[in-house]
Amino acid sequence: MRSLESILAKHPFFENLNEEHMALITGCASNARFNSGEFIYRHDEEANSFFIIREGKVALEICPPGKSPVIVQTVSDGEVLGWAWIVPPFHWQFDAQAVELTRAIVLDGKCLRNKCSQDPGLGYEILSRLLPVIGKSMEATRMQLLDIYRINK
Amino acid sequence: MEQTQDAMVPKAYRVQNLIEESHDTFSMVLVPKAQGVVESFKPGQFNMLYAFGVGEVPISISGAGSDKMGLVHTIREVGFVTRALHQLKKDSTVGLRGPFGRAWPIETAKGSDIIIMAGGIGLAPLRPAIYALMEQRDQFGEIAVLYGARTPKDLLFANEFKDWRGKYGIQVKITVDTADRDWKGNVGVVTSCLPRVSFDPDHAMAMICGPEIMMRYSILELKQLGVAENQIYLTMERNMKCAIGFCGHCQFGPSFICKDGPVFSYPEIRRFFTVREI
Amino acid sequence: MEIPGLIDREGLNQLINTLNELGYQVIGPSVKDEAIVYETLKSVNDLPEGWTDEQEGGFYRLKKRKDKALFGYVVGPHSWKKFLHPPERRLWKAELDGIDFKVFPEKLENPKYAFIGVRSCELHAISIQDKVFLNSDHTDPVYQTNRKDAFLVAVQCGQSAATCFCTSMNTGPRSDKGFDLALTEIIEDERHYFVVEVGSEKGSNVLKKIAHTQCTSEDEQKAIKQSEKVASTMQRNLDTNNIKDALYKNIESPQWEKIAERCLSCANCTMVCPTCFCSTVEDVTDITGNHAERWQKWDSCFTMDFTNLHGGKVRASTKSQYRQWLTHKLASWQEQFDSSGCVGCGRCITWCPVGIDLTEEVPKICSDNVLDDSTSKTDEA
Repeated sequence: MRSLESILAKHPFFENLNEEHMALITGCASNARFNSGEFIYRHDEEANSFFIIREGKVALEICPPGKSPVIVQTVSDGEVLGWAWIVPPFHWQFDAQAVELTRAIVLDGKCLRNKCSQDPGLGYEILSRLLPVIGKSMEATRMQLLDIYRINK
Repeated sequence: MEQTQDAMVPKAYRVQNLIEESHDTFSMVLVPKAQGVVESFKPGQFNMLYAFGVGEVPISISGAGSDKMGLVHTIREVGFVTRALHQLKKDSTVGLRGPFGRAWPIETAKGSDIIIMAGGIGLAPLRPAIYALMEQRDQFGEIAVLYGARTPKDLLFANEFKDWRGKYGIQVKITVDTADRDWKGNVGVVTSCLPRVSFDPDHAMAMICGPEIMMRYSILELKQLGVAENQIYLTMERNMKCAIGFCGHCQFGPSFICKDGPVFSYPEIRRFFTVREI
Repeated sequence: MEIPGLIDREGLNQLINTLNELGYQVIGPSVKDEAIVYETLKSVNDLPEGWTDEQEGGFYRLKKRKDKALFGYVVGPHSWKKFLHPPERRLWKAELDGIDFKVFPEKLENPKYAFIGVRSCELHAISIQDKVFLNSDHTDPVYQTNRKDAFLVAVQCGQSAATCFCTSMNTGPRSDKGFDLALTEIIEDERHYFVVEVGSEKGSNVLKKIAHTQCTSEDEQKAIKQSEKVASTMQRNLDTNNIKDALYKNIESPQWEKIAERCLSCANCTMVCPTCFCSTVEDVTDITGNHAERWQKWDSCFTMDFTNLHGGKVRASTKSQYRQWLTHKLASWQEQFDSSGCVGCGRCITWCPVGIDLTEEVPKICSDNVLDDSTSKTDEA
């Protein structure tokens, strides 16, 4: 069985992170498994986890009243799920539901926040890896907002 | 007076078959009425289709190149002419001029990994290229098809993906902009699939077709991953009347989309690609 | 080169008659609607004898001359493209039969034109349109038919209009090729004659049929001197050095917006331009719905629906339309057809209702770089 640390080190999000930081992060880690259809978190719940997806697929959903839930993004293998754990007031914005059997390593949000404040070097590493994820997600949102495949009748 | 062969005069083709591809898109298989032989074409080329009394539209050929069964055109109903074409019954006559334009660089692509990026109806002009790659599968390295659409019900040719993956070992990644719970696939922009396919950026060629904005951000992502600009090909679209470089409508800087394109290498059009109202 | 001939007014009349007898439809300048336009000529009497034109930005007036010159003006609102590349023509007809229809291509006519009074800039314009319609992958059959038998009688300009700038575009004022015959009209106190240069075998054969004398070297020199004088007194100027790169570099120049504040998008510049070639097609049906036709018509990059795409317009603003026109004419044309699309005839200046003058605008658009301001037009006109 592979250790959590070696699994994390192989995940693209932590590529080239130094061993010292890797060890700090592993201290906050635990394994998780979500069955297809299982909710990982729901809108407005306290956000205290950072999900490193090993395999599977998670849908971020919004459910407007009177309508079926709308999937706005999916997150899968090699990606990370959630950044609300690092942004006060630490509440989730969407519902996250496993679309298929999903294995992840969960980093405890409080634990990670504490370590980041104690070691700004680690904080910088995490943020500079998280920022492109947030940025890409925002760019994608703008593209989806443009609805470029719609017909202009 | 002697009749000159005039590229402006349509030839009569018979609607051999009609296929509903999605709620707003259909395919029309055309065979010539007079001569028995289907016009040969290269992947990426287009025809001008004429609906009697209504008008003419440029439509890419979306079927197989080696297919002698007929010319397949996949058409999205967006205006008067496409609506009129959609209303035609089997065996009706359609006017056809073509094929026109420059093709996907299939020959040049040999030996490379291939990344196909399609958005919306953009998969139609790329399908003949995909067929050509499959026909000579051993001539190419990794092949990835990344296809983005608005919603799952807008996806075209979905019944073929299994074969593309299974029989030909193509990495097919499908994504949609939004979906409901029934959709078990990806939701996100087409570029979000790029990190999930394997190819060697130093030996890869990309072929992109979709809305111009989708192509812009696809090019940015490809460049970021290290794909060389001159290995990126895309198709451009502009208003078109004649398809032979005479009417002037399709000009894009110095390029006539109809005869210099519709397929361009990115460096050929880069200078004006993001100039507004060019 | 064959020694030029000399003819008088009667000789010119004979030239028109001879061309008519040879089966040509003879077209030349004629006064109509207070302008000099190109119309069918029956005799020398149809030419605008004693008329001249005064031109400026947005200004065109005919005035009487003191002499009886037959070609004492420059170019008017017409150009020869209206004969070679007709403003509208039916491409084909189609008849519906149930769910089937048949297409009947339009029969090609062979009008066999003789053009009298083609100016040097216009000869260049014709050769530019030849590249567009004859030297591409496809050939325009109507242009080809109209062009292949056309007999071109050039006239070497005896004066320039204030709007002319052919010397900048290397298209005049004197033409040395591209014609069958070229006339230089010389008017002296007692003499009114034409030096006739021969530019082709066809031209030589026609000259043989009309009464002429051999031109003396003195008369030939007079003709050349006259052209030199026209060249030296040309009032407008456009620096074409690096013009393509300069315009491309300034594709976002604020000057485009300033021009758009004046430009009415009327498309006059494109209609009078002797090289503009854009067209559109129109599909029509009769009231039964069984008979359909397709027509090709001149179009302009200034028209509302020129760039329609998926229900929107790619070039919606006047700024972008003018920019397309000017950069096509002076820059991208070079990449497409290996020459400028402008021949310096000045029609777009004269016939612009608000007098937009490209020779003034180009230096302003390119003021940031590349173009040397010292050679741009001054306001002494």
